[in-house]
Amino acid sequence: MDFSLSKEQTMMQQMLKEFAENEVKPLAKKVDAEHYFPVETVEKMAKLGMMGIYFPKSVGGAGADVLSYIMAIEELSKVCATTGVILSGHTSLCAAPIFENGTPEQKAKYLPKLCSGEWLGAFGLTEPGAGTDAQGQQTVAVFDEEKNAWVLNGSKIFITNAGYADVFIIIAITGTVVDKRGRKSKEISAFIVERNFPGFSVGKPEEKMGICGSSTCELIMEDCIVPAENMLGKKGRGFQLAMATLDGGRIGIAAQALGIAEGAIEETVAYVKERKQFGRPIAAFQNTQFELAEMKARVDAAKYLVYRAAMKKQDAMNGVKVRYSVEAAEAKLIASRTASDVTRRCLQLFGGYGYTRDYPIERMMRDAKITEIYEGTSEVQMMVIGGDLLK
Amino acid sequence: MKAIVCVKQVPDTSGKVAVKENGQLDRASMATITNPDDLAALEAALKLKDATGCEVDVVSMGPATAEGMLRECIARGADKGFLISGREFAGSDTFATSQIIAAGINYIGVEEDDVIFCGRQAIDGDTAQVGPQIAEKLNLPQVSYAAEIEKDGNALVIKRLLEDGFMKIKVQTPCLVTCVKELNEPRYMNVAGIFGCFEKPIEIIDFPKVENDPLIEADTIGLKGSPTNVFKSFTPPQKGAGQMLNGDDVAAQMAGILAKKHLI
Amino acid sequence: MADFTEYKNVWVYCEQRQGELQSTDFELVSEATKLAGEIGCKVVAVILGDQIEGLAKEVAGYGADEVIIADHPLLKNYTTDAYTKVLCDLSNEFKPEVLLIGATNIGRDLAPRVAARLHTGLTADATHLDIDTKGYVEFLRESSTIDVDNTTFDYEDRNLKMTRPAFGGHLMATIICPRFRPQMSTVRPGVMKKGEWTEEKANAAVITKVDVKLAAEDIKTEVLSIEKAANKLVDLIGADIIVSVGRGISKDVEKGIALAEELAEVLGGGVVGASRACTDAGWIGSDHQVGQTGKTVHPKIYVALGISGAIQHTAGMQDSELIIAVNKNESAPIFGVADYGIVGDLFKVVPQMIEEIKKAKAA
Repeated sequence: MDFSLSKEQTMMQQMLKEFAENEVKPLAKKVDAEHYFPVETVEKMAKLGMMGIYFPKSVGGAGADVLSYIMAIEELSKVCATTGVILSGHTSLCAAPIFENGTPEQKAKYLPKLCSGEWLGAFGLTEPGAGTDAQGQQTVAVFDEEKNAWVLNGSKIFITNAGYADVFIIIAITGTVVDKRGRKSKEISAFIVERNFPGFSVGKPEEKMGICGSSTCELIMEDCIVPAENMLGKKGRGFQLAMATLDGGRIGIAAQALGIAEGAIEETVAYVKERKQFGRPIAAFQNTQFELAEMKARVDAAKYLVYRAAMKKQDAMNGVKVRYSVEAAEAKLIASRTASDVTRRCLQLFGGYGYTRDYPIERMMRDAKITEIYEGTSEVQMMVIGGDLLK
Repeated sequence: MKAIVCVKQVPDTSGKVAVKENGQLDRASMATITNPDDLAALEAALKLKDATGCEVDVVSMGPATAEGMLRECIARGADKGFLISGREFAGSDTFATSQIIAAGINYIGVEEDDVIFCGRQAIDGDTAQVGPQIAEKLNLPQVSYAAEIEKDGNALVIKRLLEDGFMKIKVQTPCLVTCVKELNEPRYMNVAGIFGCFEKPIEIIDFPKVENDPLIEADTIGLKGSPTNVFKSFTPPQKGAGQMLNGDDVAAQMAGILAKKHLI
Repeated sequence: MADFTEYKNVWVYCEQRQGELQSTDFELVSEATKLAGEIGCKVVAVILGDQIEGLAKEVAGYGADEVIIADHPLLKNYTTDAYTKVLCDLSNEFKPEVLLIGATNIGRDLAPRVAARLHTGLTADATHLDIDTKGYVEFLRESSTIDVDNTTFDYEDRNLKMTRPAFGGHLMATIICPRFRPQMSTVRPGVMKKGEWTEEKANAAVITKVDVKLAAEDIKTEVLSIEKAANKLVDLIGADIIVSVGRGISKDVEKGIALAEELAEVLGGGVVGASRACTDAGWIGSDHQVGQTGKTVHPKIYVALGISGAIQHTAGMQDSELIIAVNKNESAPIFGVADYGIVGDLFKVVPQMIEEIKKAKAA
């Protein structure tokens, strides 16, 4: 496997670093402390073509590649994990399923505006009673012949970007299927729902431990009218669509976790060189060196898993028939655990100052935790990996 | 109409600067950047492109490695790159350099309403001479230290910085404008630009392409054609270290010293 | 070797704005008297403008032997085209050996254009000038790491040796222009020492009014207006006391600047300077910047607060009479140029200094 970056990717990384340092980092404290959704950053990202990085120019994308997109989440998350997940939620969970499953009309209608950043995207699967167990869905879609539309009822919770999104991918039950042995199960389908469809509303943002600026809200559908042509993918294929979407999303979250960990190490390296105890910088102590050395090695290991998953997804983009569920699950499992572990240990090196809000390290520790939870907990990732291993 | 932007790749003097034992700059060991004022010039040209749809050409004189910088300019939005490069041009001072760049611009071709943008000065030499000297060699009007540019028909209205204020100057195109970094915020490279810049043309302008230009003579270019020579270059000595004040009462000690020296 | 016998005298282009001479003009005329003394020639000041004859004595009093006045309505405001044409015409007619121009925003617009038209060399932003080699060698002994006693010099050399900082002040370069005349240099404002103005010298100077050949078609730009900056610009160059701030104020930028202002005030009324890090970050206007790309200063007291002392900065302040540095990092290079160094947090040290200075002044 070749991990050397192409000329374009190297240039991309340089641009991303400059952008993150100059535009994103200065806002990170405010985003966290004031639970502020950085609209101006999203606008700037949109101008630079960052809201549709890996989609082809024919649908309004920037024509770059998956690894460049993953590096974007990584670089943003180094300085502000909230900004990282805004990009991941928008791209992987909304634009990607439309690109992969949409009809030509759906692609033409939604992708140019999503890629240009005029519209922000989100994805609604989780419900109050259905998280990891997607079969526990309660949201129901009933077809109304007269209106030639689906009528959706139910609610979704913990939806990233919800407060600011214009387009949502919504998973709902469209019927019951009976298998050969007569066992009944829910038939699940996916829909593209626009924010201003009648009967659709967004609830209050959640108060969270970390990624405080990301807008995480409830979605409420009360007789929400969704035109027939807005069903995404085939009827009854919604569960598979959701799982495939999450495979892609997990690479994004893995990149977010990776970025948080790398950002924490950067902050810590600068701090330990400056902070003096017993007459010398704490960087001179072997404990500091060993801690940082081990963290760095773990982060690099996670990075390879994340980049490998991104490259596998690129193969799929290029038309190769491959699945990357296991690679994505491994990347997310390891990167998220690394992020939690590294931020906790970095905070310890900061000592008392690390526990204060004067330094970003406590924020990074709070932000890291979510990466072990959303888009499938670490346990779900192990189910995916284990299931594949023992099949 | 088109915009021609002159850019230079410079060692990053704000970072670590390496000086060889003979007092010369160790360029090889230093990071290079696009000269900051030149980025302001590029941004001014790209704004003109946003407003009028005009073509933006970037031109640089330098070694083959400067091609990377031209690609970055294209990734920011420029259309074409030109690299003036050749050993005949080496060792040029500002006079000879402007002679060569002017010939390069003649090669690209200056038309009726074109605008040439330069940075005010490069951070390696800080001379601010090449822009005005290119204008002189091309016989074009110039406005230096531009801090605001507005298009007014075929003319530009430019706010030109003075130490104690500014002048508003109206200049007809074609003309040459040198830009200060206060002029604008240079845009970043954009994703589509990055993923397209390696397909865009960059033309090398070597000596044979310009040798028939009247500006190019053996005694007007390169080391031989440079009126100025470096007589000596040297590193300034470090001033001897002063006295460090210690203890809990440093502020009082300091005040005492100032009082004793009758400085307060 | 070209024959330069017809080139004579040291010229100073004296810049006036709205009928007011610039302080650089006086510095340059004073410096020119030193150079003219080294080769036994005259100092000629040249003033371009409209109805500016009255300015002649102002510069002459600093030691100009002759003042050339080019008076024309089209020279009222500075335009590159008109001023270049007139100065080139004068130079072609009178053939100066040396032509010095202040490195102001206008001088740096005019000088390169003139040099290109005259086909001669131009040194930018010189900070030291010598003709006499003996003087130059002494300068090197003081200001360089060159072992002058074991280096050969040509003591007959009559070229103007123009020394300037390069690469952000990391290097000094001495430039010569051996094959062309006039030898031209722009000179950094605030560096050369202004001499004494005397009535006697002012009266002794020959004032020559020259014919100016200029037509409206010669000028391709139009000056629409000239405006002074709304907020008063900081006079760093003339200040006796400067308190500068650096990246060390990042924790609380506003408070850091306020402390610097207060310290400058108790020290006897000074101004606040800044390192490039601060002006680049937009914490303070770029007119406050001291250093290679900012202003060169030599106040009586220079206080550096939270400035690491990159050579970019020290190049602009190391000739201050007394330098005090406060920095958290004891190995900061600023302590290498400081007369007095204090290792500590400026947010703690400066309030104490303000108190102690107040006490000392009251005592």
